[in-house]
Amino acid sequence: MPRRVSRRTILKRTAAIGAVATVPARVFAQASSAREPYTHFTADEARTLEAIVARLIPSDEHGPGALEAAAARFIDSSLGDALAASREIYRAGLAGIDNYARRAHGLRFADLDESAQDSVLEAFDRGVADENADATAYPPDAREFFELVLQHTIQGTFCDPYYGGNRDFIGWEMLGYPGLRLAVSADDQAMNAQPSPTNISAYDLPMFDADEDDAP
Amino acid sequence: MTVTRAKTDVVVVGLGGAGGVAVQPLTDSGLEVVGLEAGTWLGPRDFAPDELRNNYRGWPQAAQKANREIPVHRPNASAPDSPRGSVHPMMNGVGGTTLHYWAQSWRLNPWNFSIVSETTRRYGASRLPRGSTIEDWPFGYDELEPFYDIVERAVGVSGQAGNVNGVIDERGNIFEGPRARPYPMPPLRGSEFTELMGNAAGRLGWHPFPGPAAVNSEQYDNRSPCLYHGFCNRGGCHVSAKNSTAVSTIPAAQATGNLEIVTEAHVTRVLVDAEGRASGVEYLRNGQTYVQPADVVLLGCYVYENVRLMLMSTSAAYTDGIANNNGQVGRHYLSHNQRAGVLALFPHELNRWYGLPAQGVAIDEWADDNFDHSDLDFIGGGNLWVYSDQRPIAAASMPTFGRAPRWGSAWKSFVMENAGRWVNSYLQKTTLPYEDNYLDLHPTVKDPLGFPVCRITADYKDNEKRVADYIQDKMVEWFMEAGAIETIRQPVGTMGVTTHAYGGTRMGDDAETNVVDRYGFCHEVPNLGVVGASVMGTSGSHNPTLTAQALAWRTAAHLVENWSTIVS
Repeated sequence: MPRRVSRRTILKRTAAIGAVATVPARVFAQASSAREPYTHFTADEARTLEAIVARLIPSDEHGPGALEAAAARFIDSSLGDALAASREIYRAGLAGIDNYARRAHGLRFADLDESAQDSVLEAFDRGVADENADATAYPPDAREFFELVLQHTIQGTFCDPYYGGNRDFIGWEMLGYPGLRLAVSADDQAMNAQPSPTNISAYDLPMFDADEDDAP
Repeated sequence: MTVTRAKTDVVVVGLGGAGGVAVQPLTDSGLEVVGLEAGTWLGPRDFAPDELRNNYRGWPQAAQKANREIPVHRPNASAPDSPRGSVHPMMNGVGGTTLHYWAQSWRLNPWNFSIVSETTRRYGASRLPRGSTIEDWPFGYDELEPFYDIVERAVGVSGQAGNVNGVIDERGNIFEGPRARPYPMPPLRGSEFTELMGNAAGRLGWHPFPGPAAVNSEQYDNRSPCLYHGFCNRGGCHVSAKNSTAVSTIPAAQATGNLEIVTEAHVTRVLVDAEGRASGVEYLRNGQTYVQPADVVLLGCYVYENVRLMLMSTSAAYTDGIANNNGQVGRHYLSHNQRAGVLALFPHELNRWYGLPAQGVAIDEWADDNFDHSDLDFIGGGNLWVYSDQRPIAAASMPTFGRAPRWGSAWKSFVMENAGRWVNSYLQKTTLPYEDNYLDLHPTVKDPLGFPVCRITADYKDNEKRVADYIQDKMVEWFMEAGAIETIRQPVGTMGVTTHAYGGTRMGDDAETNVVDRYGFCHEVPNLGVVGASVMGTSGSHNPTLTAQALAWRTAAHLVENWSTIVS
C-alpha cells in the first residue's frame, strides 16, 4: 500500500538529469508545489497550516524553509498513522488560530502580513491567546497546540525524506548534516571535516525494511 | 481452554539483557530451558538509520507489550500522577533493550557494594542520609569480579583497563576495582571532539579515558567491528557490532540445543503449588492461554515488570503477591540520577554527526567515593561522559542558549550556524533508596487486558540534588576548559519511568528487608529467581547493564551448582 513518493523514484528521475547536489533546492520546491489536495486537512486548514510552518522556519535570504521542505505535507500524511491521535487538536487548533487572527487583526491567519502572523504565533507560543478567549474559539491550550505544531514542523523539516518531509534534503542542508553514511572514518569525524552530502533516505538502501505500521 | 505444555527444567521470563545472559550457563550445563519473550526476533533489516522512527515514534512498533503497560509516576504519595508517556523507554524483542541501548558496559566501583560500612568508616554513620534504606550488598566487588570477567567475554566488551590485578594503567579508569584480565577488545576509536575534551581534562589534572562498551572495536566472534555510522541511540546495529544478547549469549544458548524460545508470549502470572513453591507460569499467546510448568522460574522482565508480575501473582500462600509476605516487593526502588546534564556551545564545529553514544571520553574523578567528602554535604558522586552522537531532528531541537528565539528567521540563522557546535553530556550520579520511594500496582490505571500497571512513587532527595549540583559544576568546568562559550545546566527533574531503574526485589541476606537472597532466589520461594537490576540496592555512577548481566550469570551458575537443593 504505497502512500509516499519513494525517494528512490525521485533519485532515479534526477539521475537522468544530473547529480542531485547540483540542482538548486528551489527548483525542486517549485516543481513539487503543484496543488495536490491534502488527505486529512481541508483546503482551508491546509492553507493555514502552510502559512504557520512558513513562519516557524521561514524561507529567507539564507535558503528555503519548512514549507519548501514539505513539513505541512508531512504532518498531513502522518495524521494517517503515527500522529493519528493529534487529528482533533489540529482541527481545533487551526480553527482557533484563524479565529484569533480574525479577532486580533481582522483577517484569517494566511491572509495576514508576516509581522501580524508572527504576533499571532507569539500569542500562542506564550499562551496569551487563551486569555479572554471564548471557550469554544481556541484549542484547549494555545501553548500546547503551538508546541505540537513546532515539534511536528521540526520533525517534518529534518526527518528522513521517506516520511514526505525534508523534501530535497532542505532540512539536512540547513543544518550542515552531511547525511547517512554506513561506514564513517576517523577523517569523517574530524571537527573541520565536511564530507559531501550523501542525499539518500535510509530506505534507498536495499538492506533496510520500513515498518509497515508507523503507529506506536 | 488452557493448554498445559510439557514441563521444563527452567522457564525464563524475558530474553533481554539479563534473562538473555542467564540462559547461556543454564543450557551449557544441560538444563532444558524455555525462554518466554513478549517481543519478536528482530534482525538487520529492522535496524534502519531512521531517527524519526527510532527516537520519536517508539520503534519497534511490532509486539510492544511494554508500550501497553507503561508505568505511571507520581513524585510522592500525596501528589497527583505525572503525565504519562506514550512510549516505554525499554523494548520487547529477543535481546530486549540491549538491541537499542547505548551499550555502555561498566563495572560498578567497589565502593557501591559497601556504601554503609565505607561511609561509616570514612566519615561517620551520621553522613548516611536520613530516610535512606540503603544496606551494604551481601557481598563485595571481589565476589562479582569473576562474573564480570565471564560476561565481558561472553557478550563482547571493548575498553581500556585501568587496574589489572592492582597494576594501574593511566590510559584506563584508575579508580576501577581490580580486574583479573583486560577487556577482550581494545577501546572504541575516539573522535577529534573526544580528543579535545580529553586534552582539556588532562589540563585540569583529571584522568580521561575511553568508556567500556558492548560494541566491537574489532572483529569479535565473527561479528563486524563498529562502522561508526550513528543511529545507535535507540536503534539496532545492522552489522551486529553492538553486542545485544540476541547476537551473543542467546545464540550460544540455542547452539546447545537446550533452549526453546517462545516469542510474543505475554506472561500474566507466576503459579504456585500447594506448598507455596513456584510451579511455572501462565502466559497468553495469540489469544490462547498456556501454562508452562517448570522446576524453577527465573524472572528477567526489567524492574517494573518483575515487580508487577510478582505483585499480580497472588495466591492463598501469597495474598499480597508471590514472595511478598514480608512486604518488600516494590520497596527500595531507585532510578539513576541521570538528568541534570550540562549542555555547551562552542565557537567552532564539533562534528558529532557520526559515531555512537558509547564513543566518548569519561571522567571518574568525581564518581562514587573517589574524592574526599569530609567537607561536603552529600555522599556519592557522578561519572562525566561526553560522546560523539548527534542526529538532525535532535540537533534542530537544540536550545538557543539565550542567543536566539525558538523559531522564525533569527532562530533559523542561529541553528544554521550552531547545529554542529553544541554538545550535551551524560552525567550518571549516585542515587540512594529511600523509605518513601517505591513501586506498587496502580489502583485504577490498567493495561488492555485489565491488569493494573506499575505505579512509581519516587522523587530525588537532598543528597541526589547536592550530588547533581556538584557534578554539574565539574562538567561546566570541563566544558569551559575545552573552550565552550556558553553552558546550560538542566534541571534534576523527578524519578519517572527510565532505562536505569533499580530495586523492588532487592538482594540481601536479611529476609525482613530483601526479596531475594545473595544468589538472586526469593527468600520466601526458593525456586523463584529474579535477574536484572531489580535485585540491585545501589545505582553507582555507571550504567547498570553489565552488573545486571554479571549478577544474572552468577544466579544461573548458582542454580546449576545447587540444582538438587533448589528443586527439592
